[in-house]
Amino acid sequence: MKLQALLAALALSTSITAAAAQADVITVVHVEQNPAVQEFWEGIAKKFEAANPGVDIQYEYLDNMSFVQKMTTMLQSADRPDIIYSWAGGVLRSQVEAGVIADITDSLDPGFADTIKPAALDAFKVDDRIYGVPFRMTQVGLFYNKDLLEQGGVDPASLSTWDGFLAGIATLKQKGITPLLVGGADKWPMMFYWSSLSLRAGGSEAFKAALAQEGDGFASAPFVRAGELLQQLVATEPFQPGYMATKYAAAAGMLGDGKGAMMLIADFVLNGMKANAADGVGIPLDRLGLAPIPTVPDGVDEPTATLGGINGWLVTEGASPLAPKFLEFFMQADNQRPAAENSFYIPAVKGLDGDLANPIHQVIAQNLSNSTYHQNFYDQALGSSVGAVVNDISVEIAAGNMTPEEGAQAVQDAYAMEQ
Amino acid sequence: MTTDYAATAPSTPALARAGRGRFMRRDTLLLALVFLPPALLLFTVFVALPIADAAYYSLFNWNGFGVPEKFVAFQNYAQLFANRAFRLAITNNGLIILVSLLVQMPLALLVATMLADREPLTNTFRLIFFLPYVLAEVTAGLIWRFIYDGDYGVVANMVGWLGLDPVYVLADPNFAIYAILVVIVWKYFGLHMILFIAGLQQIDRSLYEAARIDGAGGWRLFTAITLPMLAPTIRLSIFFSVVGALQLFDVIMPMTGGGPSDSTQTLVTYLYNFGITRTRFGFGSAVGVVLFLICVAFAFGYKRTVMRDD
Repeated sequence: MKLQALLAALALSTSITAAAAQADVITVVHVEQNPAVQEFWEGIAKKFEAANPGVDIQYEYLDNMSFVQKMTTMLQSADRPDIIYSWAGGVLRSQVEAGVIADITDSLDPGFADTIKPAALDAFKVDDRIYGVPFRMTQVGLFYNKDLLEQGGVDPASLSTWDGFLAGIATLKQKGITPLLVGGADKWPMMFYWSSLSLRAGGSEAFKAALAQEGDGFASAPFVRAGELLQQLVATEPFQPGYMATKYAAAAGMLGDGKGAMMLIADFVLNGMKANAADGVGIPLDRLGLAPIPTVPDGVDEPTATLGGINGWLVTEGASPLAPKFLEFFMQADNQRPAAENSFYIPAVKGLDGDLANPIHQVIAQNLSNSTYHQNFYDQALGSSVGAVVNDISVEIAAGNMTPEEGAQAVQDAYAMEQ
Repeated sequence: MTTDYAATAPSTPALARAGRGRFMRRDTLLLALVFLPPALLLFTVFVALPIADAAYYSLFNWNGFGVPEKFVAFQNYAQLFANRAFRLAITNNGLIILVSLLVQMPLALLVATMLADREPLTNTFRLIFFLPYVLAEVTAGLIWRFIYDGDYGVVANMVGWLGLDPVYVLADPNFAIYAILVVIVWKYFGLHMILFIAGLQQIDRSLYEAARIDGAGGWRLFTAITLPMLAPTIRLSIFFSVVGALQLFDVIMPMTGGGPSDSTQTLVTYLYNFGITRTRFGFGSAVGVVLFLICVAFAFGYKRTVMRDD
């Protein structure tokens, strides 16, 4: 008996110490490639560890594709990470429905929600409960090389309307300058065109109606219109030759090398351009401009509707109770300020817009704070399966393999099947 | 058991043989019972069960979370066969098999006949031709992606010297698959060449001498001796070609990823692009089942008919 009791006590104590040791390790899985940003995040972790003795924050990097593929299995395994990277949207919704993501509404400090930009936080709410903490917002716009536009005699202001945009393309082509760069092989860069154009054709209402499956859903007029406009654009042969085999990274590098005048992309291209340019620097930031997505004829005039991404962190079910606390700490304005000052990204926390060192970040932060509706990237908002269909049809419409009607219908069919 | 054995103790030579036979059977049964479980368990857990699972999942619309619940019967299969990209993938697999058999094998055979005899430099050339096969598939894909690149690649330079407009081979839905076929032939013909060289070296040289004395020329020697004697190797080589073609994946991914416009999908890249990356595990399983059935039908059919005597 004595021995049994002793053994039981021993077993209990070891399991307790094991549990305690486990609770102290917080694993964070992310997709950030930039070593400078990784180092910056590591610094925040060090500060948190110093303030909370015994805690060990461990970051794990996975490349984008591996992350997406492994996450479903990882989240259902016993050794799932405590915190994971997220693009919000449909994927978040299915993860929440599967019960693998923790509702952190009550774990967060009551005042915390007010420190985060509302549009960003909204993206991480499901049924009014908070399931994640956003750290970054991006915006899609027309990034242009000021020198090349000057050389071609195109006024950037003229690009804000569809006709002006097409005229600008024609002028640049005449001067032998490649007007637009796109990474067609990755598909999603082409999706930026289709989704930007559908946002301008139908405004936020069209997307909301389609999500609610009112009327013809994604087969309705604005989405068909987006395809028609895309076709009209492609007919002018505006892209770099061989664009269907160019990957995003290579296209971003071409922007940095001055091989094309414009790119419809989000502000993460500023890093991509630098990393992939032949000289590792790219165009100096003051020679790069940002124009809004052009307005389209018979479209909805809603300049404050923005399109872009929202990236954040999710706490998994059963994670260390310190995980939400770490995210709060991570998102404190003082801890995010270096991201603004070093032009890493536009932090989702309020009050740092004045610290943004990058002039383009400043413009985007201004746009986002004026934004009345921020549309998450379609391929994220609609989830991995329907999102991939949107990417497919964008490329197929551009390649002339699908009519605008067929493309819109394919998205509608895929979306309806998921409901 | 022992009493049973003792009761049927052999009294005649014939019975003795039968008895020993029974004894052997029991012995082997015991051996089997001892040695089978590990292998059987591994086979069941890692081969049989996953196949059964895939067949089961293929009847559901399932995103990988929890257990499959949305039963859709054969809807995944119906969608699959109605899908343009899937039909392209099947066609491409067929094309790859065709090129493997009609281009790659004759080429491998030709080179093998030239390199089968021990002469100066044959080993060097064997190594050179075999080298692409040793190279990792992804590496080969990336190298060829660069070669085909219309702006910076080798093809771009060649076209530049000729003063022509740049060509973007991998960007053209009509040509990309042919560019990939070139790489496949380049990459795998070395393996078949080595198989053929091994086969050729098995052939008795005296057969050739005898035929020469009888006045046979080069072509006659090839068709009357080399080909028939090499037939088992050729049948094996065909088998490898077809099965390899059906599984083709990692050369294509770094080159085109299945694009442009799905023109270079194969069954496996299709499974990956449409099943795994879209987290449509039910649909992906349906692709897997179709691929499995094709492979099994071919493997058994081929072994039963063509490779019957090997």
